[in-house]
Amino acid sequence: MATLNSPLPKRSQAAALGARAVTESVFGKASVQLKVKNLAFYGILLTALTIATLSIAAILIWSIIEGHPRLDLNLLVNNPSSISPETAGYRPAILGSTYLIAGVILFIVPIGVASAVYMELFANREKWYNRFIELNIQNLAGVPSIVFGILGLAFIVRGPLSLGFVVAAGSLTVALLVLPTVILASREAIRAVPSSILEGSLALGATLWQSVRRQVLSAAFPGILTGVILAVARAIGEAAPLLLVGAVTFVTFDPKYLEGGYSALPVMIYNYAGRPQEEFHTLAAAGILVMLLLLMSINSIAIWLRARSEQNW
Amino acid sequence: MSSSMVTARSGDANFPSRLRAESPRYGEKIIKALLATAAAISVVTTISIVISLLGPSISFFQDPAVTLREFFTGTQWAPSLANPSFGVLPIVVGTLMVVSFALIVAIPLGILLSIYLSEYAPKRVRKVVKPLLEVLEGLPTVAIGLFTFFWLMPTIVKLTPFLPWAGPFSIGVAGIAVGLVIIPLVSSVSDDAMRSVPRGLREGAYALGASKFEVSLKVVLPAAISGIIAAIVLGASRAVGETMVVMLVAGAGNPNLSFDPTKGIQTMTAFIGGRATGDIATGTLDYNTIFAVGSLLFFMTLAMNILAVKLVKRYREVYD
Repeated sequence: MATLNSPLPKRSQAAALGARAVTESVFGKASVQLKVKNLAFYGILLTALTIATLSIAAILIWSIIEGHPRLDLNLLVNNPSSISPETAGYRPAILGSTYLIAGVILFIVPIGVASAVYMELFANREKWYNRFIELNIQNLAGVPSIVFGILGLAFIVRGPLSLGFVVAAGSLTVALLVLPTVILASREAIRAVPSSILEGSLALGATLWQSVRRQVLSAAFPGILTGVILAVARAIGEAAPLLLVGAVTFVTFDPKYLEGGYSALPVMIYNYAGRPQEEFHTLAAAGILVMLLLLMSINSIAIWLRARSEQNW
Repeated sequence: MSSSMVTARSGDANFPSRLRAESPRYGEKIIKALLATAAAISVVTTISIVISLLGPSISFFQDPAVTLREFFTGTQWAPSLANPSFGVLPIVVGTLMVVSFALIVAIPLGILLSIYLSEYAPKRVRKVVKPLLEVLEGLPTVAIGLFTFFWLMPTIVKLTPFLPWAGPFSIGVAGIAVGLVIIPLVSSVSDDAMRSVPRGLREGAYALGASKFEVSLKVVLPAAISGIIAAIVLGASRAVGETMVVMLVAGAGNPNLSFDPTKGIQTMTAFIGGRATGDIATGTLDYNTIFAVGSLLFFMTLAMNILAVKLVKRYREVYD
């Protein structure tokens, strides 16, 4: 018997039971066939879930099995070598990726957050140009990464910026590629802050920018941070655009921002994988393990930060 | 700063007559302009992409060795041979085959996963499965490509000895691997669409005596259909642009038109990625070819993305 203080879901369950009883009394009981169908469908759903889970597990297990023999210090500190794959390492690639990511963060955090703040809080959505910016970012998020590589080659390596094949060019290319991710995530985070926070601050006499900076942005911080970390994770694994902007694969010296060649972890892995000797394949798999460990630590930082500063309004 | 300002204001006897700001606040205006400039950077990016693609593409078609007709209808793609031919169809077919195989994998799996997530999964399970799919989405595609080339491909070859496998490359297997890459995208977008179907529709169906699987398949799925199609279109667009997996698994392929999934076929992205790794001189036909193929790729994915945005807007309009 549903009482007044019983929770609503229970009551609607009772209602559903009642409806079923009425239906069954008119149309007869649900057939065995229907019950079998229900179960079979549930089985299919669970199968799909299993397949997806197994593929993830297979990728991880494969890279551990293939890569673990080379999981040693040489892998991190040695230069690449085409002659001795047993001791060759990823040193310039790891440094290259680190420099690359540092540049990406320096670019996407201010620009991404500022764009999101403008679009959510300052822009007048009636104006056509603001709607255009919005549509533009949605579409930019779907542009294939290799097209950004073409942009980098034509405008950053050569053309107007003419930086040449240097880390800074790769960094800027990848930063432009992941910028929409940061903007979209930051907009979500800003939108999740109740407008009463902003309005309260404005009502106390703070200017719009003061309210945004001290109230809205600090409240949206965890969400924005999550977006930045997602973008960084994507930037670490991105290889395709770097092929075009000169992450040439065989440098045996440490990179510099504005001169000389450079390499990056995923590009180096791709290069090792294409060599015929078995030892290089092990080396490539070990490189994947390094990259996955890096991604995992970055993601766990994100999860930890999110859990620490999560707020329910 | 703001707190001191508040006290100053409320302590002012003439407060009502001084509601207007005391200074024109140029700082605020400058900040707004700076923020707008930041937002404009992404517009500049898009414009730069279009300009950087179109310039060399125009030179490409102006070259006496190339005709528009040959480009779009020719069936031989050999731009760097001594006697080059520029029919883009073989690599477009390669891309479309990757997309088809990817969708064969990702449509059923992605949609079933999203039905499970939105209709069946208890909250606790959802909290585990969602991040798991995010892991798959976050895996570098080089990793998936390597796994496919060194493990999945040999395994599939071993399991299907009756198929005419030849060589280490296969466009079909590349497509399956790309399917794995896009599953999380397809399932999360269609999960969003299904969750935005109002509870009332489900409850109405239950009240009429429908079972859970009838509600999922005959009420929620049709109600969310525009979002699900958007998910598929977005997945296809992502598959068109996928580069590393096809470079590793689909191989360089042959220059002739082919539809055989067990052989290696070049795709548009693999062509660009493979061609541009060397230091190609600006302005040569070789260099311009990359941009012509890039333009085709860009406009294909742009059309798909615009379609997807329209579809998503449609279900938002109906239910929000």
